[in-house]
Amino acid sequence: MRLELRGITKRFGDFTANDSIDLVVEPGQIHAILGENGAGKSTLMNVLYGLYTPEEGEILIDGVPQHFAGPGDAMRAGIGMVHQHFMLVPVFTVTENVVLGQEPMGGPLISTDRARALVRDTASSLGFQIDPDALVGDISVGAQQRVEIVKALSRDARLLILDEPTAVLTPQETDELIEIMRRLAANGTAILFITHKLREIRAVADAITIIRLGRVVGTATPDAPETELASLMVGRSVSLGVDRAPAQPGETILDVAGLVVRDSTGVPVVDDVTLSVARGEILAVAGVQGNGQTELAEAILGLRKPDAGSISFAGRPVADLDVRERLDAGLGYVPEDRSTDGLVGEFSITENLVLDRVGAPPVSRGAALDVGWMRRNATDLVKEFDVRTTSIERAAGTLSGGNQQKVVLARELSRDLSLLVASQPTRGVDVGSIEFLHERIVSERDKGAAVVIVSTELDEVLALGDRIAVMCGGRLVGIVPGGEDRDVLGLMMTGMDPEEARRQASEHRTLLGQADLEAAVEAEAAAAADAGFGWPVGAPQESVAVVVDVDDVPDGPPAADPPDPDPTDVGLPEPGLPELGLPEAGGDATSAAHAADAADQINATDEETQR
Amino acid sequence: MTTTPSSPGAAPEGEPLGPEPVSDSPLAGGSQPEAPQQTRTESFLHQVMSSSWVLTLGAVVLAILLGAVLIVATDAEVQATASYFFARPSDFFAAAWRAASEAYIALFQGAIYDSNATSFVRAIRPITETLTIATPLILAGLSIGLGFRAGLFNIGGQGQVILGAIGATWLGFALHLPVGLHLLVALLGAAAGGAIWAGIAGVLKARTGAHEVIVTIMLNNIAGFFVLWLVYTKYFASKTPGVSKPIQSTAMLPKLLPDPFRLHLGFVLALAIAVGVWWLMERSSLGFKLRAVGSNARAARTAGISVAAMTVAAMAISGALSGLAGGTLVLGTEGKLSAAVVGSIGFDAITVALLGRSKPLGTVLAGLLFGALAAGGRLMQTRTGTPLDLVLVLQSFIVLFIAAPPLVRSIFRLPAPGSGKRPTRAKQATVPTEQAGAAA
Repeated sequence: MRLELRGITKRFGDFTANDSIDLVVEPGQIHAILGENGAGKSTLMNVLYGLYTPEEGEILIDGVPQHFAGPGDAMRAGIGMVHQHFMLVPVFTVTENVVLGQEPMGGPLISTDRARALVRDTASSLGFQIDPDALVGDISVGAQQRVEIVKALSRDARLLILDEPTAVLTPQETDELIEIMRRLAANGTAILFITHKLREIRAVADAITIIRLGRVVGTATPDAPETELASLMVGRSVSLGVDRAPAQPGETILDVAGLVVRDSTGVPVVDDVTLSVARGEILAVAGVQGNGQTELAEAILGLRKPDAGSISFAGRPVADLDVRERLDAGLGYVPEDRSTDGLVGEFSITENLVLDRVGAPPVSRGAALDVGWMRRNATDLVKEFDVRTTSIERAAGTLSGGNQQKVVLARELSRDLSLLVASQPTRGVDVGSIEFLHERIVSERDKGAAVVIVSTELDEVLALGDRIAVMCGGRLVGIVPGGEDRDVLGLMMTGMDPEEARRQASEHRTLLGQADLEAAVEAEAAAAADAGFGWPVGAPQESVAVVVDVDDVPDGPPAADPPDPDPTDVGLPEPGLPELGLPEAGGDATSAAHAADAADQINATDEETQR
Repeated sequence: MTTTPSSPGAAPEGEPLGPEPVSDSPLAGGSQPEAPQQTRTESFLHQVMSSSWVLTLGAVVLAILLGAVLIVATDAEVQATASYFFARPSDFFAAAWRAASEAYIALFQGAIYDSNATSFVRAIRPITETLTIATPLILAGLSIGLGFRAGLFNIGGQGQVILGAIGATWLGFALHLPVGLHLLVALLGAAAGGAIWAGIAGVLKARTGAHEVIVTIMLNNIAGFFVLWLVYTKYFASKTPGVSKPIQSTAMLPKLLPDPFRLHLGFVLALAIAVGVWWLMERSSLGFKLRAVGSNARAARTAGISVAAMTVAAMAISGALSGLAGGTLVLGTEGKLSAAVVGSIGFDAITVALLGRSKPLGTVLAGLLFGALAAGGRLMQTRTGTPLDLVLVLQSFIVLFIAAPPLVRSIFRLPAPGSGKRPTRAKQATVPTEQAGAAA
């Protein structure tokens, strides 16, 4: 189908989430919507899917205006959506989930044969197999996503919306997803996918629309360089890499030895894990969601009691310390799920910023809260971390995801820490803030704290990790030096040991891994022409402007084609920041020139909205 | 950081995303209708309309209307005129109006000001009765409300009130202390009785996870039978069977007004304690932790707050407040203990807390309303023959409507929080899904 959005505007009270958005998706086109978290992409998709009614604007399908009262209407019109957070019932089988709500009936009973056949046929038309009787709760995340896609397609979707589809996938699984998308597009299905990851957008999209602060700020083709896309997305030049001095590890702060944590059924979810982290270094724990990293972090905090093994802080075993005592001993903790574990949604930002410090000075004076201090603290932190809010008294639950995350991190980083454990520290955070938060984490390290980052984002792991530990199935597959090859990490995440992973990765490159390599090649070429910007020692270079021609899978270093012939504009590559991997281009002046060129080339408006 | 927009608070969130640059954009595609700005009055009205106060008011109004329907339907005269309704409808409407208005006027006269009374003293007695009856209701309502805010359903108000009354009575007749001290000790005894009784449920929940609803209900029954037995024991019994020894005058709450008024210091105490509860919940470290646990126990735990300790503390404080309610009953108006003395305060308190949205100010107002209904109901029954049960029906309707906000919203066409409007400070369970949408 041909989808057109004209002037879509969606407001929530005074806040305009989408402002006159225009969009056209041709049949068989893979159209990417690029924008930071909080830019309004998900709101737009919810409007398209009928979950919201726009205040203004129209949706046209094949030229015919549509009015959706709810997702049912959208589905009947041929729009299918795969949400970022899957809408699957874990205790149902794949088949039951796929037909939920539209069960094929045989008389008064559900025709399970027809349902199963539907699932099998749809899956094979997409090029993969799926077990119709598997319980959704038991299959991998990548497989769950495929179930969602089958579900959408089984309702005859002619437009498929994918909301941040690769957030939960390894590089290898991303390749498989891209393959599915290409197949669908070849069949005439239009695909609209939302992402904030530049690297993959350029690998798969036919057209890119960039949204910032609720408005379309530009459209682009995939051959546009990452810096341009990034600066459009953020509205200013972005330093797409963390300037990270090499780690200076000191004394060991955290010692985990032979840790075993079992779940309620007795299965070890953390299986004999041994690692240690020293002052002044960042250990990044990588792995696909659900492989024990969460439980490991919780055991360090004290939320879970280990069944075997020990944890020590600075040589002192902490088995008998409760959460409060560990926090008081200098542990900072950023939980994986900010809304359920990190913040009290009904509490104000002010209150949330002191959530784990109440009861002692300076937050409390005797039995009473020092409200004045709390307010000053909140004002300072909100400013320092650029939390977008009109008031520090707003309920934290009303903030956008990215701002909520900033509140949680601000809270922890404002304390005196000797060990910081952060799970998914920048999940849902906008690009500019990711850069800031990474810098703060690194400076926390440089102040002498030991840092453990648990992240499913390989870009983040590569950006921050001085050493990288990979977990799979509760076991520690290996600890490798920071800057390890992305594809090696991807294979380790499936349980392969490091040596084997290195061997296999060099033989089979994924699209993203290939893109990394090309970026590295680019960087070397550029750096050769460039005179010393402070090359970070020990960090392998990855990313620079890469032109990836969508039609061919790159199998050799492509011709680099920076829009601006001045090579000094391409600055020093750093280990890629989430999906951007592009370093700061020279100074602000050159960046501005760069951005200005981008404006011409990419047909974008020069947005300098001051909010 | 570079040119990211200004510090928070500088730009009001209502500022639109600037139509000016967009109109220059090649993407503008046609004219840009200027987004109509919501004026401040509109924005205020909107927030008022979707706040919980309006909801509560709406519930009360609806309850009164439905109560009127009941009054009319059961009135003998109205039923008589209904038989010839189509011949002379005006008779029916006149009778209906008379029935309803007389009943409600009597209710008002019994609750606030009796314009039919023969003397001034008699005329203002109703309001003092309202305040007197409201006193234990306010305290018990504060108790339940505090429990709610800490995430606990304290259904044991009845038992805690009883234990408080027992404690106050016992210390009231057994000790011989000078006048101010005796009262203080008796009140403390009341608070302690309630705190211990509720503490049992708190400890059981903290240690074993036993749900406080079940445990407190069971404790209610135990308390009821306990007091029934107690007043017949030799130690407690007086000459009148079923009634305890009288509390000494040194322990009684002094009256605020001379006879025939019953208003006593307990009312002032209740107000003072309401302020204290406000301070505890909003300004103290303990209250912060209680609210945190009540709002999101997981986040509280991750932040190092001991959920178990807060559970016990919440139940104990809640019990103390209910105990005090029992104390003001026996030390204020009753002067002695009997099995029936506490009435149904424990359960009325739940309604009061619900109506008051678990906040101290709301609870005081709700307590006053219920006190008014109880006081006025008596007069209404004597003057117009409307059964006292109507008061119970009104209370029940109010609870029903409070518990069904969507229903009230749709009847009065109030906007749902978060539907196309900016969500205000989250209060209700329905808000989070909309917030998630708004945050998208």
